[in-house]
Amino acid sequence: MFPSTFDYVRAGSVAEAISILDGSDDAKLIAGGHSLLPLMKLRLAAPSTLVDIGRLSELNYIEDRGDHVAIGALTRHRDLETSAVLKHSVPILSHVAGEVGDPAVRHRGTIGGSIAHGDGASDLPAAVLALDATMVVRSASGERTVPAANFFKGFLETDLGQGEVLTEIRVPKVSGGWAYKKFNRRAQDWAIVGVAVVRNGSTRISLVNMGSTPLRASASENAINQGASIEEAANLASEGIDPPSDLNASAEYRRHLASVLVRRALQEASA
Amino acid sequence: MTTTETTSGSKVLGQRVLRREDPKLLTGEAKFSDDLDIPGALHMAVLRSTVAHARITSIDTSAAKSRPGVVAVYTYDDLKDDWAGPMPCAWPVTADMKNPAHFPLANGKVNYVGDGVAVVLAHSKTAAVDALEAIEVGYEELDPVLDLEESLADSNVIHSEIGTNLSYTWELIPNKEAVDDAFAKAAYTVSERYIQQRLVPSAMEPRAVVVVPAPFGGDYTVYSATQVPHILKVMLALTVGVSETKLRVVAPSVGGGFGSKLNVYAEEVLALALARKLRRPVRWTEERSENAVATIHGRGQIQNIELAADADGKVTAVRVNLVADMGAYLQLVTPGIPLLGAFLYHGVYDIPNYSFTCRSVFTNKTPTDAYRGAGRPEATYAIERAMDALARKVGVSAVEIRKRNFIPTEKFPYNSAAGLVFDSGDYLTNFNKALDMMGMDELLAEKKLRIDAGSRKLLGIGISFFVEMCGLAPSRVLASLNYGAGGWEAATVRILPTSKIQVVTGTAPHGQGHETAWSMIVAEKLGVPLADIEVLHSDTAIAPYGMDTYGSRSLAVGGSAIHIATERVLDKAKAIAAHQLEVAEEDLDYAEGVFTVKGSPDRAFPLAAAALEAFTAHNLPDGMEPNLEASVSWDPPNFTFPYGSHIAVVEVDTETGKVDLVRYQAVDDCGNRVNPLIIEGQVHGGIAQGVAQALFEEASYDSAGNLISATLADYLVPSAAELPSFELGETVTPSPTNPLGVKGIGEAGTIASTPAVMNAIVDALSHLGIENIEMPASPERVWRAISAATRK
Repeated sequence: MFPSTFDYVRAGSVAEAISILDGSDDAKLIAGGHSLLPLMKLRLAAPSTLVDIGRLSELNYIEDRGDHVAIGALTRHRDLETSAVLKHSVPILSHVAGEVGDPAVRHRGTIGGSIAHGDGASDLPAAVLALDATMVVRSASGERTVPAANFFKGFLETDLGQGEVLTEIRVPKVSGGWAYKKFNRRAQDWAIVGVAVVRNGSTRISLVNMGSTPLRASASENAINQGASIEEAANLASEGIDPPSDLNASAEYRRHLASVLVRRALQEASA
Repeated sequence: MTTTETTSGSKVLGQRVLRREDPKLLTGEAKFSDDLDIPGALHMAVLRSTVAHARITSIDTSAAKSRPGVVAVYTYDDLKDDWAGPMPCAWPVTADMKNPAHFPLANGKVNYVGDGVAVVLAHSKTAAVDALEAIEVGYEELDPVLDLEESLADSNVIHSEIGTNLSYTWELIPNKEAVDDAFAKAAYTVSERYIQQRLVPSAMEPRAVVVVPAPFGGDYTVYSATQVPHILKVMLALTVGVSETKLRVVAPSVGGGFGSKLNVYAEEVLALALARKLRRPVRWTEERSENAVATIHGRGQIQNIELAADADGKVTAVRVNLVADMGAYLQLVTPGIPLLGAFLYHGVYDIPNYSFTCRSVFTNKTPTDAYRGAGRPEATYAIERAMDALARKVGVSAVEIRKRNFIPTEKFPYNSAAGLVFDSGDYLTNFNKALDMMGMDELLAEKKLRIDAGSRKLLGIGISFFVEMCGLAPSRVLASLNYGAGGWEAATVRILPTSKIQVVTGTAPHGQGHETAWSMIVAEKLGVPLADIEVLHSDTAIAPYGMDTYGSRSLAVGGSAIHIATERVLDKAKAIAAHQLEVAEEDLDYAEGVFTVKGSPDRAFPLAAAALEAFTAHNLPDGMEPNLEASVSWDPPNFTFPYGSHIAVVEVDTETGKVDLVRYQAVDDCGNRVNPLIIEGQVHGGIAQGVAQALFEEASYDSAGNLISATLADYLVPSAAELPSFELGETVTPSPTNPLGVKGIGEAGTIASTPAVMNAIVDALSHLGIENIEMPASPERVWRAISAATRK
């Protein structure tokens, strides 16, 4: 478990990180390292340079901004899990952060790292999708925002370009019910299937590990928002979705799980 | 739980003495093989086959050789004159067993993913690993043989030189006609087929070896993360052709083994041969992903078990047919593993007729070998699952079928139909205690309530009553099984001039706590503080004789040897004291380190003074040798037979198929109990490991023979989060086999827990018509079984 040779630079600021990224074809940012390093050790990723932004305190914050909460990209899962602001205004995010990996992972991993990695099997990308969060992205040419719905593009692929850094996640406050159902065999594992439900006026439902990116259960959402019963909506959970098969679950079983978990999540969010 | 630090006294045995090993392990002071700082050592890396079955058409090492930091790259052809013999197998179970010769690197053909193809030596670990990527290997792929029954058919033979995939057939059928007759007359029969999936032993410390040539004299010190330094020394001598007198094998701190380090591995043999070739220290540490394919696997059997029973459900015969997966080659004791279970397929039941047949086959997978319990978990699984199946057929409870069939207490020592003599037991007492502790009536009522209410969380209660044979082993019995070594154990107890005590043992602890337990045995006998006792082990220069640690043998055999050696030392000290006090030996009492004259307690002579007298030898009895020391090699007269009742309670989510283990209770009888704290640790870990087989772990292969559960993200070793707090109890039936009356506990939890959990799952679902689910009982497997049953 030894990665290929790489260079390592610790960036002193976001601006410095951006300029290093701009000067390289394949430099990668590293924060907590809990997604990238395993890939490198298995030699499935071999970036020439790692730009360490893990210690940039300028991106480590959770702030109440009236109608939303702004979270710095380098905020650790453990800080999300214990944040009074989140527990009050976006409790689902605090809860989901507490479901990621194990305590060691949660003390190292960052929300920005998880979202920028864009793994369809991870908890936090699906959570921000259900929350309809907004990603703030900075580059040499300035800052832009991307809604979560447009951020996740493909297998470990996001809307981020090479010279761009995800700096902040803006999460609307949640006024209604919510639920997160994570189904796995061991507490520390990725979800075999996960379901996040957020009722903020309308109901949004997102799915974990049902595709190469986090996905919205659009058919279920439409049904429940148009007055269908929870049972009817849940039965549509995997409509139009082609889930993967792996050691833990076949596609058929994932579809079944998605329906069961959407039903349970909707029931809990409606209770 | 309370823990006490007991330092001395005549009642040391049975106390919850804190493990004296732990401070250095917890503070990082302990040194493991990879921690050893050996200046100038070359780092070894092994290129492994990426295909399961192929002829090697070419190997190009030229680019790898020219990489920076690389010292040498070798293939089979480069090293073929470096071996005195092929890789060792010490257990040729039958005279006609087929054992294809194999060497540390593949000779023209690879036979499993992970098979060694080339070896790199470099100045750094990373340079060695990087160079592996520069080696080009051409493979002409062959169809892999992966399925055991397909392997038996011999349509695709892996080792053409032996002409078959069948390594051996081994039978234990004392009276075939009687077995057939019992089945012909049976009121009930059951015929079950169970799959023992392959498991990947996942010790916390992976394997590691460091070989250091001495500066002169041609000697080598081999540091290895091994359970068997003594066996390793002998086998390295035979395989590499270095005189045994020139080899010193040391097992530094070893982080678990579970049987996987009871072996002689290619990397150990390579490191020694290459240290000799290059006259340089050579080191290698296994990577975690290598561990999955290059360290032996456990289990891997298809079990067919049949029971015949009379109208009362009393079992009259058991007939077992196994197919056992050897993997690609025979490792150290690979062929013997099924035999360790072969005598135990009647379990704890008084079954008069016995038939066991095992056919063992090669496959294009990692070799199998010992894994915690080794043969006995498989046997216990089959009989305990089959007894539940019989109970359902007879229409009685799992409790009742067992009570009707237990070996009665008055029959001990019990002559089993398979030919063993079970030392001691009182199964019904143990079982009743377990049932009382569990509150079975409340559980059964709750189970029924949930079914009646249509709950989606069903309750299942699973019983497993196990017995195992351990304390390996009487050497003559091992001879009858063709095992290549004896089963004795060596001990030396030495009281030094300053009255400090050295205990030298031939056992090789790798997590068991021998330093604590062996000290307690000596302290009990001598009445001296534990702190005065030092246990020396796992270094063949210090402990030249030993049979090492496996098969729950160390306490029953090694502990007994220490107990006897301590008695002999005390006898000698008594003779010195009697001489000094000018009384007869029988006139002396001994307690707390002091001899006193009976009736005149003021006339005393301390053990410490006897030690100094023995050292100075100024005034010893006529004819007595100096020094206060005794060495013992003790060969046990029989195995020991620990047993116990394990009961699991599961909740099955009928919508998702997920199984939660909600309660687990173990009432073990391991004979006399030396240190309950260590016993409980062994039982906890053992249960977790057996539950892992039932619910989580499986070495999964794709159709090309790739191990697809090759990382710890995909191979699901459970953690505390997946397990309930275990509820433990005990009964104590001392073994008459050894002077300590102990039986062994290292494997009990693993042996018992797998069938307890699987019986619980089937119990939760049997009202739906479900009688079996394959292991591991993953949520999808359980969901599919429920779906199929409810569609009917």
